[in-house]
Amino acid sequence: MGVATYIKNEKDAIEKVILQSGIEVKPVYGPDDLERVGFDYQKDLGGPGEFPFTRSIHPMGYRSRNWTTRQYTGFGTPEETNERFKLMISHGQTGLNVAFDLPTQMGYDSDDPMAEGEVGRVGMAIDSLRDFEIAFKDIDLNRIGSGLTINAVASIMLAMYQAVAEKFGYSKTEISATPQNDILKEIVGRGAWIYPVEPAVRLIGDTIEYSMNELPKCNPVSVAGYHIRESGCTPAQEISYAFMIAFAYIDNVVARGYKTEDFVGRFSFNLNIFGNLWETVAKFRAARKLWAKFLRERYGVQDKKALFLRGIFGGGGSGLTKQQPENNIMRGAYYALAAALSGAQTTALCSFDEAYTIPTERAALLSLRTFQILMDEIGLRDTVDPLAGSYFVETLTKEMEEKILEEMGKVEKAGGMVEAVSNGYVQKEVARQAYEYEKKLQQGKVTKVGVNKYTEGVDMEVELHEYNEESAKLQIQRLKELKKTRDNNAVTQSLKALEKASREQNNVMPYLLDCCNSYATVGEMANVFRDVFGEYVEPSIF
Amino acid sequence: MAERKIRVILGKPGLDGHDRGAKVVAHAMREAGMEVLYTGLHQTVPSIVNQAIQEDVDVIGLSIMSGAHIPICRKLMDIMREKGIDDKLVLVGGVIPNKDIPLLENIGIKGVFPGGTHFDEFIHFIRENAAK
Repeated sequence: MGVATYIKNEKDAIEKVILQSGIEVKPVYGPDDLERVGFDYQKDLGGPGEFPFTRSIHPMGYRSRNWTTRQYTGFGTPEETNERFKLMISHGQTGLNVAFDLPTQMGYDSDDPMAEGEVGRVGMAIDSLRDFEIAFKDIDLNRIGSGLTINAVASIMLAMYQAVAEKFGYSKTEISATPQNDILKEIVGRGAWIYPVEPAVRLIGDTIEYSMNELPKCNPVSVAGYHIRESGCTPAQEISYAFMIAFAYIDNVVARGYKTEDFVGRFSFNLNIFGNLWETVAKFRAARKLWAKFLRERYGVQDKKALFLRGIFGGGGSGLTKQQPENNIMRGAYYALAAALSGAQTTALCSFDEAYTIPTERAALLSLRTFQILMDEIGLRDTVDPLAGSYFVETLTKEMEEKILEEMGKVEKAGGMVEAVSNGYVQKEVARQAYEYEKKLQQGKVTKVGVNKYTEGVDMEVELHEYNEESAKLQIQRLKELKKTRDNNAVTQSLKALEKASREQNNVMPYLLDCCNSYATVGEMANVFRDVFGEYVEPSIF
Repeated sequence: MAERKIRVILGKPGLDGHDRGAKVVAHAMREAGMEVLYTGLHQTVPSIVNQAIQEDVDVIGLSIMSGAHIPICRKLMDIMREKGIDDKLVLVGGVIPNKDIPLLENIGIKGVFPGGTHFDEFIHFIRENAAK
């Protein structure tokens, strides 16, 4: 999804192209277009690694460092996930991107009635530190960084990551974890929320504050415009919503007496790639520039490195189709190309079978090979920001910048992101566009190969990852044994201390670390927060 | 006399939070003149059935993306039978592999509409099959 609208004449010639963000593309671009949009080489572009970083945050781009590849991985028990981690690393993957099952994401233990049928299904099941000890066994945690796709209970998982690393003999100063930890986007687009907005944002503030002081190599937040885009917003809105969310987290930490400069360099972004190639590239170039400008002008950040828009760019799940699934291999390759042309530092790709379920081993490896072919074979590492200076790309980058600012203005008018999410403004906007897009697709106004054009009638069957119910039973069995053998007195004490810290507005992170080390379960810790904070009530808007 | 509108409840059972599809379908049904209630996320099956009874709906639609559609649908049909409302039309959408469609039909799900189904298809199906 996410393709542009094309208006054609009776001879099939294209008369008009309108990108999803609402920008019209001309058939030919020249120097007059740069003049029209007020393009200024120094102000808008500059050299790679120089403010405003439109071209790249590194002066030498991929020449000095290849991108990090982090396929989203995790299923079944921690043992099965550990095996897949090791397989991907042995094939050249350079980071981990950990998938948790839904009960873990929602703060339920594997034996909770709410977890029935879901244990280990869309990611691995984690109940306690014991499971992390298995999942990360024999992984060099001082060399391999881990993205943790967890939000509502990200604080718990970050503490558990520190606990497991220390248990394995690593220092907390050498480990690199990036919990996703973006609850506002969960409320808008992915739905794995538990607590009301205010305490949920406070927990994020706690992780940022704690990382600043204790975990120098961890990136406590990965602001994910990605999922809002998956839910239906335009590329320009994806960036504008992500920035407005990031501002909400910055404001929470600044209110604790810190300077933005001291922590914002650890923010990272998770942004989506699918749809129109040019719009995608322009989106990232405009985003790098705007982020640096906002941090400098609005938040007074001076440190150059703190101005970098860093992150994982890729995925593209919504672009994949259930119809003619092998076409997704080609789509993925083009999305990866777009990521490389956009200067992504870290990337991941939804595998071709992910329109159905989590990827098989073969599909995950194909995605990894796609990255390797781009970088090692066809020359994407040769030169920095190869599209720079194109009349079209520079004009479009300026136009995207304007669109992003326009969308940010709308959210600001709605009272800022916390307010706009609490009252459902953003959700409504996103759902409306998802519907409009689907209608256009069904009417043939946008084209999706294999879906509404070049269809084949019958879809080929692909080999799919099968859910293993035995793994779930094994996981529940292990949890039962843990509860019998651990020091339950220590567990109770640590949970009580956590409750007190939660009520008294102390930073919960050191208390979570104690809970993890006493083998308290994710469900037990999450329930402490449920008792203290209550649960989020969704506005019934569509 | 104006004809009573078809009443539909759209539920998101279980822990999965991907509701783009559910909301798109809700829009399409509303535009087709139906009355649509959306339960919101993280619902249990018994709670969806209770809401269906309270709201006196004609159709129950479930959107499931996590892969747990078989156990969830089995549970739904059991509870509906228990409560004596198994005459209501049940629709399921989401990420449903082709091979599971006959299985779901055996459980008693009359309409299975995987992601990408044309709006007209399920709207027509509801109009033909909903007991009014």
